[in-house]
Amino acid sequence: MGIDFLTRGISPWGQSIFTHISWDLLWVSIFAGIAFLAAHSVYMLLSAHKARAGAEVDALEAKLKGLPEKIQRHSLAARMFHWIMAASMLTLLVTSFLPILGIRFAWVEWHWMAGLVLAATIVYHIIHATFFMDFWSIWVGPKDIPELKSELMRELGQDIGGPKSAKYPLGNRLYHMAIVVTGIGATITGLVMMKKVQTPFFTRDPYILADTTWGWMYVGHGVAGVALVGLVMAHIYFAIRPEKLWLTKSMLFGYITRRQYLEHHDPTRWRVTGSDPVGGRPSE
Amino acid sequence: MAVIHDMMAAFELFQPTSLDDALGLLGKHGDDAMVLAGGLDSMDWLKDRIRRPRYVVDLGAIEGLRGVKASGDGVEIGAMTTLTEVVRNPLLKEKFGVLLEGAEKAASPQIRNQGTLGGNLSQDARCWYYRAGWSCYRAGGNICYADTPTAINREHAIFDADRCVAVNPSDTAPALIALDAKMVLRSSGGERVVDAQNYFIGPGTDIMKMTVLQPGELLVAVRIPGTWAGAEFYVEKVADRKVWDFPLVNIASAMKTSGTTIERMRIAVNAVAARPMRLEAVEAFVAGKPRNEATANAAGELAVAGAVPLTHNAYKIPMMRNLVKRAIRGGDNAWASTS
Repeated sequence: MGIDFLTRGISPWGQSIFTHISWDLLWVSIFAGIAFLAAHSVYMLLSAHKARAGAEVDALEAKLKGLPEKIQRHSLAARMFHWIMAASMLTLLVTSFLPILGIRFAWVEWHWMAGLVLAATIVYHIIHATFFMDFWSIWVGPKDIPELKSELMRELGQDIGGPKSAKYPLGNRLYHMAIVVTGIGATITGLVMMKKVQTPFFTRDPYILADTTWGWMYVGHGVAGVALVGLVMAHIYFAIRPEKLWLTKSMLFGYITRRQYLEHHDPTRWRVTGSDPVGGRPSE
Repeated sequence: MAVIHDMMAAFELFQPTSLDDALGLLGKHGDDAMVLAGGLDSMDWLKDRIRRPRYVVDLGAIEGLRGVKASGDGVEIGAMTTLTEVVRNPLLKEKFGVLLEGAEKAASPQIRNQGTLGGNLSQDARCWYYRAGWSCYRAGGNICYADTPTAINREHAIFDADRCVAVNPSDTAPALIALDAKMVLRSSGGERVVDAQNYFIGPGTDIMKMTVLQPGELLVAVRIPGTWAGAEFYVEKVADRKVWDFPLVNIASAMKTSGTTIERMRIAVNAVAARPMRLEAVEAFVAGKPRNEATANAAGELAVAGAVPLTHNAYKIPMMRNLVKRAIRGGDNAWASTS
């Protein structure tokens, strides 16, 4: 007996329509998340990890005179966005999936209110990142292929001098990409779905879309939702891994140390005020 | 596809003669099994072929689930006791007339002969969009056809609508809440007892269920404590027809007075939300107040605070307000205990 990925219903006109995803997919996402965590944990025991060697960091430190002891990685505004978004995301996941797991409570109001908070933080983040941050620093593109290659070689134990990451490590940026797709997908579909529940904002009207379109809306919301379960599991896992705690602390306190900056980043790709550039152009 | 009203789809029928056997079957088959009590709700689902259970467990042969017996200063009523047996029971008539009165207002004599107390309490919503087999929220879909700009929702909820706007149709539930009854639930894993008001759940908690019953679990008995025995009771049901109809709004209350002062009161209404509503704010308000028109008026206003009507059911707000007033005033529908 296989898994039914989508559930179907019958519209008043006798059409077979999708109604939502099968909640079996929640278990698929949880299992995939746990499997990834387990595999990564085992891999990390065997991996030759990739911080710069001490001597190399010492040399860079000597070369880059004037680097401050504390280097700001996340502004207060960015940190506030992150934690408010995290709180709303966790509230959304708890309110949507605990009832499916059999823990009953009145979840709908909490869910849409948390969804509105998430939508507001996303809008805020888009504006903030566009006008007040280095917008392109978080995105992934062909320019990252040399870094990807170097990171893979380092993971395989080779001591190569290829590019280190800019402000955001490649894994971080790939994760951001996945969160953008799933988070925005869940938010847009969720905002449309608010037209079907009672809120103080507008009159409920499920007839703004056809049954079939609603079905796809629910399927999209569900797929994004279960994907977010696995993604959030992975995010929390990386946040509490010992070798990543420096990044987690930076999201709390806003800064990393000079040594951490030099161990993990390429000063030519993430230039910090007060440093002497190592070379005239980015190493890629 | 048109709804078929002729023959039921095939299922395997079990007719256990003991509660343990019934619980064993329900535990074994879980969600695949449907419980059959009086059949007045279940048969509609089966004959319309909207529900097609693989197994049906008929409780009709379990004698242990029938009857009314004294229990301390209260009573215990088996869930399979018919509504007619409830109506005719002398012990209930003596002490808890509010339940008798509520049961007598259900449906018609023929239906009360067949319908059980457990079935009346546990019956499903009667929203016609849902009962027609459409993929609404309550049926596992993603829409409430009863709450749209063009829906016919005269009989639907004015409180606590959460996507689904269906109401609970039970005539006996308000009386049992007013009496502070306890529901005895049993499964193969053991027994639990819940307050009558907590037996029912709304769509915010579980949109596909009306009660806290889990798969494999049965309502086996209702225990009524002696707390409100012999109190002044009030029962009223407003429906489109005098008999064989579901309530538009119904109400039941139990009141203890001292002279012209209300000492305490329990009051519940049904058919205004997906679960029967105990009006705790009204109870707190009237306690210690004189039993007069001013108290009744204020209590009526308090009762309907927060009501949100749909397109066609705003009339339920004054109706509920007036029923609460009448319950506090007493009058023609007050049940005078024979004790």
